[in-house]
Amino acid sequence: MSVRGIRVGRISVPWRPRHLVVVLAASLVALAVAVVSAGVGDFSIAPSRVLAVLVGGGERREELVILTIRLPRILVALLVGVALGVSGAVVQTTARNALASPDLLGITAGASVGAVAVIVLGGDGGTVSGLLDTVGVPAGALVGGLLAAALVLLIIRRTGSGGLQPILVGVGVSALLGGLVSWMMVEASINDAARANVWLTGSLNGRSWGELWPLLLVVLVCLPLLVPLSTRLGAIDLGADVARGLGVSMLRTQGALLVLAVLLASVTTAAAGPIAFVALVSPHLARLASGSSRPPLAASAAIGALLVVASDLVARTVLAPIQVPVGAITALVGAPFLLWLLIRTRREVRR
Amino acid sequence: MTVLTVAERRDRRQRGWLGIALAALVVSTLISLFVGSRGLAPADLVAVMLGGGTHEARAILFDLRLPRTVIGVVAGAAFAVAGALMQGHTRNPLADPGLLGVGAGAALAVVLAISVLGLTTPIGYLWFAFAGAAAAAVVVTAFGLLGASRRDSSPASLVLAGTAITALLGAITGLILLLDTATFDIYRFWSVGSLAGGRGFDVILPVLPFILVGIGIAIAHASTLDALALGDDIVKSMGRRLAPARFTGLLAVTLLVGGGVAIAGSIGFVGLIVPHLVRRFTGPGHRWLLPQCAVIGGILVVLADVIGRLIVMPAELPVGVVLGVVGAPVFLVIVARLRGSRARGSRVRS
Repeated sequence: MSVRGIRVGRISVPWRPRHLVVVLAASLVALAVAVVSAGVGDFSIAPSRVLAVLVGGGERREELVILTIRLPRILVALLVGVALGVSGAVVQTTARNALASPDLLGITAGASVGAVAVIVLGGDGGTVSGLLDTVGVPAGALVGGLLAAALVLLIIRRTGSGGLQPILVGVGVSALLGGLVSWMMVEASINDAARANVWLTGSLNGRSWGELWPLLLVVLVCLPLLVPLSTRLGAIDLGADVARGLGVSMLRTQGALLVLAVLLASVTTAAAGPIAFVALVSPHLARLASGSSRPPLAASAAIGALLVVASDLVARTVLAPIQVPVGAITALVGAPFLLWLLIRTRREVRR
Repeated sequence: MTVLTVAERRDRRQRGWLGIALAALVVSTLISLFVGSRGLAPADLVAVMLGGGTHEARAILFDLRLPRTVIGVVAGAAFAVAGALMQGHTRNPLADPGLLGVGAGAALAVVLAISVLGLTTPIGYLWFAFAGAAAAAVVVTAFGLLGASRRDSSPASLVLAGTAITALLGAITGLILLLDTATFDIYRFWSVGSLAGGRGFDVILPVLPFILVGIGIAIAHASTLDALALGDDIVKSMGRRLAPARFTGLLAVTLLVGGGVAIAGSIGFVGLIVPHLVRRFTGPGHRWLLPQCAVIGGILVVLADVIGRLIVMPAELPVGVVLGVVGAPVFLVIVARLRGSRARGSRVRS
């Protein structure tokens, strides 16, 4: 694969047409699926009418269905996918491990403890309801996820970031929090446990504009901050010594990258529950599709969005009128894709 | 006076460590036999062991405490050795025994057994768990080898294939559980991992040979793992063939995890952390790592089970919960303490 560069002033960026094709193709398919998804449901609307509604010309009934019910949910799905794809790619590159994902920073486990605690301890007798359900569960997840990530990062700061240390700390903290979740699941009444299980699977059911705004805000703040850091990912991928030799301050860059990844992953987990598989698999799909040696950020984001929005469409329709949680579907959609890429792609550049 | 080579001195020290660990295993086993929510006097239990004792004491010891202790030792050893094998083969410290899809396959088979056939006892799940584990391992290995033959022979393909298949099986299991609350109510107790709940010797004995064979294969295979740690190219240049080595390792993992999951549910965490703990005092060589993992894994699970019996008497906590809530902080402290002092030392030097 030939790599040419584009140079503007002091900044040069390698020109990789295949990356661009992957990003554009994944984004276009994701948007197309989003439009189709907005038309599918109890009240079905043709894709052309969906587009008409989106530009402001539709019947009142169509506007009501699309703008108040389906659109916010679809936008949440797209943003969740973008955020998970990016944070997964950042964590995988920073940890230099193909099995790493934001889970490793304790976010999923911490958010699970927070949300499950609200569901199991908050409901008296039956199930949680009202304000506790709509605000309490996401808030519990957000606080739990951020606290867990802070704990992991603090321990790593104390123990040093050399070798396996950060990974082992992440594993230990996640195991501790995972034990707490299992404990609550075993002690809870079956109603609470089943509700907690739906949350733990990751669901987009009934998401509205209220869940969208915080997510949008965090994504819009974090992505621009990632752009200048992303050029250093290549150096980090080559190892601490090479990075230091190239003048990249390892600790500060890694710290900043991980904080951004934590924010992105926590806010998605609060919005949609732990759809952990997306963060793990989107970077691999992006890497295999674009023939790159490390996960490309833009392609990971586009593929993440495609994965979540497509999974959500399947989740809403496959067993209708039952709405399956989206987290149960992402693996059904993503895993065969990963297997196919795995056996199809030949490695182009041999080391 | 004989002069010892470095290797001999190391072997002597490692033999000492293994002896200490074995002694600790014996002590843990005794604690597990003597401690429980039914407070039996130690004298009664000693009487039972000598062949006498009351009828009640005999029942408690032989039907309840002995089987669960044996399950703890066997399952802990199986998971820990399987974890060390997986980490060695994939050269990835995050690889746990579940990565081969074995745990997910077993879980799916058990859920189907509960949901479709209405089974509710560990002995009923036994062969389903084992068959599911084996089937999943075959599929993952097939995809991993196929991917490797198309791309390159690095373990990355195996890791990705394992991730994908594990997620796929987990998703199917998850869907069934979401739609079938009655099955979920039984499954949640199985999935957390437990040594109690009607598990007797009838559960252990059929699986024991598989696990013993698995441990045997693993230990016989130690030098290959050491070579693999240096990279696939080194293995080839040493004149060994990669595919048979990988196949042997994966076979052992399947036997161990399939057996472990079948008797004790999924306590995969043991397989992830025990190798990391043990490597701190055996070093990376598998000749001492694998036996030591077997012993420490057994100790850890048996002690976690004892704590689970004591902490919320007269009820008990499943061993999987105790391993997370009590075991993980201990793991963190050990990891942080040991590496922390070394990092400080190196900082002074630089």
